[in-house]
Amino acid sequence: MSVRSEARTQDAAAEGAPGYRARHTLPLRVEALRQWRRRRTLVMGGVLAALPFVLVIAFAVGGGPSDDRGGGGRITPIDVATASGANFAVTCLFVSAGFLLVVPVALFCGDTVASEASWSSLRYLLAAPVPRWRLLWSKLVVALAFSLAAIVLLPLTALAVGTAAYGWGPLQLPTGGELGASPLPRLALATGYVFVSQLVTAGLAFWLSTRTDAPLGAVGGAVGLTIAGNVLDAVTALGDWREFLPAHWQFAWLDALQPQLEWGGMVRGAAVSASCALVLFALSFRGFARKDITS
Amino acid sequence: MRIRLPGRRGRLFAGAAALLVAVGAGTWSATVSEGPPEVRRTDRVLRMPGAAIDTSYFTAGGPGRRPAVLLGHGFGGSKEDVRPQAERLAGAGYAVLTWSARGFGASGGRIGLNDPAHEGKDVSRLVDWLAARPEVRLDAAGDPRVGVTGASYGGAAALLAAGYDRRVDAIAPLITYWDLGEALFPQDVFKKLWAGVFFGAGAVPGTAASGPAAGASPAGSEAGSAAGSAARSRAAAGCGRFQPELCAMYERVAVAGRPDTAARTLLERRSPAAVAGRIKVPALIVQGQADSLFPLDQADAMARTIAGNGAPVSVDWAAGGHDGGLREQGRIEDRVRTWFDRHLKDDRKADTGPAFRIARTGGLDTTDGEVLLRGAAAGRYPGLGGSRREQYALTGPEQRFANPAGGAPPALSSLPGFGGPLAAFGTGLSVDFPGQHARFDSAPVARDLRITGSPTVRVRVRSTAEDGSAVLFGKVYDVGPDGRQQVLPGQLAAPVRVTGVREGRTLTLTLPAVDHAVAAGHRLRLVLAATDLGYATPAQPATYTAALEGPLAVPLAPEVATGEGGLPWWVWGLPPVALAVAGALLADGRRRSRGPVPVPDPELAGVPLRITGLTKRYAKGSDRYAVRDLSFEVRQGQVLGLLGPNGAGKTTTLRMLMGLIRPDAGEVRVFGHAVRPGAPVLSRVGAFVEGAGFLPHLSGQANLELYWRSTGRPAQDAHLTEALEIAGLGDALERAVRTYSQGMRQRLALAQAMLGLPDLLILDEPTNGLDPPQIREMREVMIRYAAAGRTVIVSSHLLSEVEQSCTHLVVMDRGRLVQAGPVAEITGGGDTLLVTLDGPADDPAAGKVAALEGVASVVRTDEGLLVRLDGATPAGLIAELVRLDLPVTGAGPHRRLEDAFLTLIGGPA
Repeated sequence: MSVRSEARTQDAAAEGAPGYRARHTLPLRVEALRQWRRRRTLVMGGVLAALPFVLVIAFAVGGGPSDDRGGGGRITPIDVATASGANFAVTCLFVSAGFLLVVPVALFCGDTVASEASWSSLRYLLAAPVPRWRLLWSKLVVALAFSLAAIVLLPLTALAVGTAAYGWGPLQLPTGGELGASPLPRLALATGYVFVSQLVTAGLAFWLSTRTDAPLGAVGGAVGLTIAGNVLDAVTALGDWREFLPAHWQFAWLDALQPQLEWGGMVRGAAVSASCALVLFALSFRGFARKDITS
Repeated sequence: MRIRLPGRRGRLFAGAAALLVAVGAGTWSATVSEGPPEVRRTDRVLRMPGAAIDTSYFTAGGPGRRPAVLLGHGFGGSKEDVRPQAERLAGAGYAVLTWSARGFGASGGRIGLNDPAHEGKDVSRLVDWLAARPEVRLDAAGDPRVGVTGASYGGAAALLAAGYDRRVDAIAPLITYWDLGEALFPQDVFKKLWAGVFFGAGAVPGTAASGPAAGASPAGSEAGSAAGSAARSRAAAGCGRFQPELCAMYERVAVAGRPDTAARTLLERRSPAAVAGRIKVPALIVQGQADSLFPLDQADAMARTIAGNGAPVSVDWAAGGHDGGLREQGRIEDRVRTWFDRHLKDDRKADTGPAFRIARTGGLDTTDGEVLLRGAAAGRYPGLGGSRREQYALTGPEQRFANPAGGAPPALSSLPGFGGPLAAFGTGLSVDFPGQHARFDSAPVARDLRITGSPTVRVRVRSTAEDGSAVLFGKVYDVGPDGRQQVLPGQLAAPVRVTGVREGRTLTLTLPAVDHAVAAGHRLRLVLAATDLGYATPAQPATYTAALEGPLAVPLAPEVATGEGGLPWWVWGLPPVALAVAGALLADGRRRSRGPVPVPDPELAGVPLRITGLTKRYAKGSDRYAVRDLSFEVRQGQVLGLLGPNGAGKTTTLRMLMGLIRPDAGEVRVFGHAVRPGAPVLSRVGAFVEGAGFLPHLSGQANLELYWRSTGRPAQDAHLTEALEIAGLGDALERAVRTYSQGMRQRLALAQAMLGLPDLLILDEPTNGLDPPQIREMREVMIRYAAAGRTVIVSSHLLSEVEQSCTHLVVMDRGRLVQAGPVAEITGGGDTLLVTLDGPADDPAAGKVAALEGVASVVRTDEGLLVRLDGATPAGLIAELVRLDLPVTGAGPHRRLEDAFLTLIGGPA
């Protein structure tokens, strides 16, 4: 086996231009540079970095969260948003995890291939030649890295802004009490789970991106399907079947902020999300490998 | 004699009518169609001494004898409350009998608080009745196999039944009392709020007409309806349906504010505690952790006594209770059923669960906001003392605090029926008024601690009251590190009346039994309060003094371990399945797309391009071909023009050449290597096809640099400077590509195609958008490029371009090859003349010329007539034209490819 594959690489070396090696095409650094300077990347980063400031101003103008407890009866982290920097970071995550954080993930993963197609640069990359699996791999890794950066950026900014505004302190729990130890490991866990739970959106967006030449179609489609998942999850008549909807677990990261760390919801959510994403990624690679590029 | 209200008479009449029907027509039955198996319900009113008892009998499935279950209801409710559970039990293979106890629902008689002489005997008569049923399994004649269960009032009935009737085989009392005297008068303190709710509910004359809705949880509805009834009872004073002696006892105690011996004895005699030694059947004891009416110590007494009698006992501390509703209805119902499966059906495989189980809160369920529960279990019930004790030193000086006159304002621990699921998180209300309590704090606990049982503490108490007594409420708070946030576990307080403490006395206080986790860094706080809203306290003002005599002894039961969260199988199953599916998808995709890799042909290593039999249909299975059976070859050093009108298939061919689309048949070989998507040999090909493709946000320079880095090849192989020279963009290279004109993009794209000086350069319509000087320059670039031994393929429909730069031609039309060969061969010799006329040439004129001898063809163009000679000489032709009276202004040789091309593909002539 190894002998054969070695023979093949030698062939390939002879076949291609000097210095050409399929594995070295479209390095991650290059793809990251290609995406980095895009306006949408900067706008997205700007929006996420600005949100904590907007919330600080909102709390300052509105007089703090505890003045008007919502009548819904559900306890949310917003109730203790201004208790400390860590609490403020959790609040920012809470208000944005449902929708705002879906957008960068859908954007980075949905736009990546489709926009190349719409610029016609895809065919030049493929003819360079960047092997198709290599192209998707680089794009997927970079898109996921950008998504992760976006998701981490928000709580990080919020932590900094919140600490400046409300001071450093232990994490107050909305249910009463506080987390004794440093809030950072729990915050990191929560953020990490938010990213994992968004993998399914990433998978959807990436798959759509390989199917269409319209970047907005891929991004919008992924966001739309995510919303459809939320709607389905609201149909309580589905009963236990809802457990297989990734949207069902989108707030499971709050378990990381309970007095006793609760793993159940996050493990389930991660299993559903990662499994869906895995299949969707495989579908993307499979479809793209056989696709006729007409863009 | 009380006045009879009209409603009461009406109800009696209804009861009598029901009895008539029952007697006259035998029984009337209703079938309940709630899923298979079908449950049959039979309602009967059974006449018993002093009362008519309203019953429902449930069976399901076929004939055959089965064990029976008696299912009691909660205080203030009726048999309707337990109907759903009865139907489910019947479906599980039991004959289930529910009844409304005396004084409740449609049953007659007076409430005797499970009076052995009345309610107790009623249950025995129900057992008699079951023994006569043909469906019920018998242990002996007149002795059915029967279990008794129920919550609260019904649970006590179960305990009493086991005590008074030897035929009962198993019981499952839920959230109930062992000693009602101790429950309502704990440590000689009157639990006035709960007692009021209790007696108020029974004192309402209209209970039968307004029974709580069926289906609500028995405990919840009991508390709820009791509280609601209490409000109504203010209007309807009196004893309602209570036995007069009970009523009198309650009124006496309520007025006095403290129980007397007679009251205590009366209630004790009617409690299961009175028959403690006779309860010897397997008992599943479920008690609520948020229950200020029947706290955990009631269950503890039950469990110790019954286990001491030698019967198997399981203790289950459930979430909720009378204060919070029984929040685990489904789980407890299942557990009761398996308990009966084991002990009534003798099913040895039935898992009755651990001997001791505690429902612990694991936080909130983020999907629906409910509190998550998980079970902690142990093989042995340790009792309220725990399996071991730890001492926590408390600090605090001797403290004086006041019992205010009239006992107001009272401290607050819990309100009857008002706990809520969040009590466990400490969001419940608890208030201690300053000056009315003493408090003693521990140091922050060093590590996480879980209290399981009743802590105890030794204190020295003094009182200034005249009778030398004091009423104290002991509470243990969990105080957060900031010293402000405090949680009262279970919202429970332990009352105690101490006497003879005028001079001071040391006593051991037993604090509320709880299961509560105290996080490291938190403190324990002992509070001794003089008042509590739920209890009657002395109205005479007094000053109490309390001082510590020892540490707080905290019971622990570390062996009670929280089980795994119980993740469903799919949590671990799903990812591997997804991995397998993903793997299969990829493997299948690879198998289909790869096919056998064609062997390189060494003989063709020097041939830049050979296309054989290339075919591509527009859509799979369609009959329309984009390219059909195309074959040609390009040799080194050639500049090949690929020629054809729009839609001839040129671009499709080039895309197949670049591995972008997959041919349906035939193959493309570049330097002997078959082209597949991403074939390495493509690195020797530079291409510009169908316009430029750049990242609009990057500069021209950055685009080229990043493109080259994308190929992964060494930077020095790029020959970037040469390529940029060709592009000739100057300063514009630093601007973002989105600001470029069409021509600038075009030139940048050509530069990109030439990066790395590829051996084969493919240019599709390269002169689009270029101005004439640039077109000429482009032409020279191509010729120079090929002169260096490389090969260029140019596709165009602007034929004059191709004519001037190409050495060879391939002419395509409608997907097919029309002609291939050197340019000169295709354009032919000097036998084409362009005849220009004065004025536009018309068809008749062209026809006349075509008819001349020695003329092969005539094509009318904008400039004039294009005449291809076949034997005639130019001079002869001109003479003939003049003879035809055509206004000839000139004639000259014409060798332009365009014309040759038009004639080849049968253009508009």
